[in-house]
Amino acid sequence: MEKLNASAVTKIEEIVKKHQGKRGPLKLMLHDVQHELGYIPFQAMEIIAKGCDVPVTEVYGVVTFYTQFTTQPRGKHVINVCLGTACYVKESQPILDRITETLQCNVNETTQDGMYSIDATRCLGACGLAPVVVVDGKVYGSCSISKVDEILQKVMN
Amino acid sequence: MRELNMPSVEYTLENTDFYKKQKRIALRNCGVIDPEDITEYIGRDGYLALAKCISEMTPLKVIQEISDSMLRGRGGGGFPTGRKWKFAYDQVSDEKYVICNADEGDPGAFMDRSILEGDPHSVLEAMAIAGYAIGSNYGYIYIRAEYPLAVERLEKAIKQAKDLCLLGENILGTTFNFDIEIRLGAGAFVCGEETALIASIMGKRGTPIPRPPFPAVSGVWGRPTIVNNVETLANIPQIILKGASWFNQIGTEHSKGTKVFALGGKIHNTGLVEIPMGTSLREVIYDIGGGCPNEKKFKAVQTGGPSGGCLTEAELDTPIDFDTLVAKGSMMGSGGMIVMDEDSCMVDVARFYMEFIVGESCGKCTPCRIGTKRLLEMLEAICKGEGNMEMLEKMEELCYQIKESSLCALGQSAPNPILSTLKHFKQEYITHIQDHTCLAKVCKSLLEYRIDIEKCKKCGVCARECPTSAIQGVLGKVAYTIDQVLCIKCGTCKNVCRFQAVSRG
Amino acid sequence: MKSITDLKRMQESSSKHLHLQNTPYKYRILIGMATCGIAAGAKKVMDTLQEEIYAKGYKDIKVISTGCIGMCTLEPILEVLDKCGQKVTYIQVDPDKVLEILEKHILGGNVVEEYTIEKRS
Repeated sequence: MEKLNASAVTKIEEIVKKHQGKRGPLKLMLHDVQHELGYIPFQAMEIIAKGCDVPVTEVYGVVTFYTQFTTQPRGKHVINVCLGTACYVKESQPILDRITETLQCNVNETTQDGMYSIDATRCLGACGLAPVVVVDGKVYGSCSISKVDEILQKVMN
Repeated sequence: MRELNMPSVEYTLENTDFYKKQKRIALRNCGVIDPEDITEYIGRDGYLALAKCISEMTPLKVIQEISDSMLRGRGGGGFPTGRKWKFAYDQVSDEKYVICNADEGDPGAFMDRSILEGDPHSVLEAMAIAGYAIGSNYGYIYIRAEYPLAVERLEKAIKQAKDLCLLGENILGTTFNFDIEIRLGAGAFVCGEETALIASIMGKRGTPIPRPPFPAVSGVWGRPTIVNNVETLANIPQIILKGASWFNQIGTEHSKGTKVFALGGKIHNTGLVEIPMGTSLREVIYDIGGGCPNEKKFKAVQTGGPSGGCLTEAELDTPIDFDTLVAKGSMMGSGGMIVMDEDSCMVDVARFYMEFIVGESCGKCTPCRIGTKRLLEMLEAICKGEGNMEMLEKMEELCYQIKESSLCALGQSAPNPILSTLKHFKQEYITHIQDHTCLAKVCKSLLEYRIDIEKCKKCGVCARECPTSAIQGVLGKVAYTIDQVLCIKCGTCKNVCRFQAVSRG
Repeated sequence: MKSITDLKRMQESSSKHLHLQNTPYKYRILIGMATCGIAAGAKKVMDTLQEEIYAKGYKDIKVISTGCIGMCTLEPILEVLDKCGQKVTYIQVDPDKVLEILEKHILGGNVVEEYTIEKRS
């Protein structure tokens, strides 16, 4: 198993300290670690388990329950295709297929070079603009295959 | 600056068909005030309802007012809000909690996001009123992490309210204290279920527990807790200010007030609409929504998300309320309303929802965890043209078993999209099974891409772009054709052809 | 605020401000800045408008960002309210259009009819 560097460990310990004493602190800590490191490494789960005085299995159980907590580092660029109902009936699936094909990467995975992660989300709540694709936090509405090609071209350059 | 030369026609939103049939209670401030400026909310009578409660009304009187208004929960179930509050009020406990359920997970719905982004204070005020009514001093807002802007505006709103002594200790100089904390969701649909939501707030896996005990008796940290949805709360200040009798004049006999719907899918005016209960689906889809675009034929409208069902042309005159929609095999849900036209495949829609449920089932109870998976497998087989007629019967039987034996509402309502499409669109299932045809041209496995030799200009673009090299021909000499065995039906050839020579069918 | 009287006093003055009374403002411009509006380009419209107002030093225009106005397909939506309570709704506004609206409507007093909701829906 990979070993975290000292600064990451310090960060995690600070997060644990910040939430210790609050009620139901486990998920608060996980949110912060996910945000700071971009994922939740196993070592972080161990530190958190100690800090909350719960078995590490419980922490692992919570991490794997929620889709927004990831145990692998994310890619440098995160591409998110909405598969909510409104987007789906407006053909977001072919758009997602196009992206996975172009980047040679499956849904919910990261490319080997660590550059791209592709996610399929359930509804971003921007249904009026369906189909919606989010690239690194920027929302692109009313997408089409050709629009997505343009967006990808921009990201890849 | 000169005086404005006002033309004779008024160029406002309120004059459009989209607006005329609407009545805005929960959305009254959305698009009218600056959500990040508390004084604008106060200028629209904000926090006066809270002031009225704590200065003129006893907690019981507040609960009575909400009960008399006959307000029902807008999150989907339609449970009477006043009764929920009374349960919690009757409990004796050192602490009680008010939770705002802002975990809007229903795909295709964005009512709660719009309220929180456009009028966050209405929700905060209502939570404080609820706190006063049941005897609680602490509230949680459980909100999806997918809504960063709503979270940011809520944080600002809480701070502003605290600075003005409208939240926190000794609100408006009285002895009433009420504080609110935000807790983020982390992407789990089941957390919209109240017992799962409570588990998640406590930092655990968001799995539901059997009721009773109800949260009103034992909720967060084992204390009496009420869980109200965002839209329900947004109605509360207006009910307190204008009175229960004003509110219960609007709507139908058993469903009072208005409902916000997120109108989406194959419809002209997508958007957020708030209509009095009892408005017909036809009015919403045609008068407000403007019907399907591109002169396509309306096929069905889906309400209630993954827990709801599809309604057809024949049911469009149904007045919308909690009970009529359930009677028709769908449900109100939180308010997503997705319109589908002739290009939507109903079998694929059922498959889509089942895929969603399989992914979101928490796994705690067997009927939901394994039953929905088996349903999905059968649906996938049918979409691939590998289904048989026996499957239809099996699916229906399994649907009813899951409905009866699942632990929480997620599982109990999960088969609804299948049951309602089986009821209204059985022929589409049969066409998939017997004719191996998807008339809406959605199910990939049943499609074939073909190149019209007459139209083909032999430019070779399609062959160059084809990811599996399934297209053969000779540049400028021999028209191109698609090898159906190699074709993965990605549709790239159709997209790149400038001469419309590629057809899908 | 220490009492309910304080709240009521604030309500009165704020309500007047909303109707542009007792303020130096002649116009109140609202831009729909919920998630959908921003995704449709409302942020650029807002920035352009504010930069122009700042650069030219106009003191009697109040620009605010508001929540979801409701019609997602017509975003970005911009509404102009004046002291008489007159309102005009502009739709699918972009940075060029907003400058034109500022010049013709706010400064010139003529509604830019072709960008209003009446013409498009």
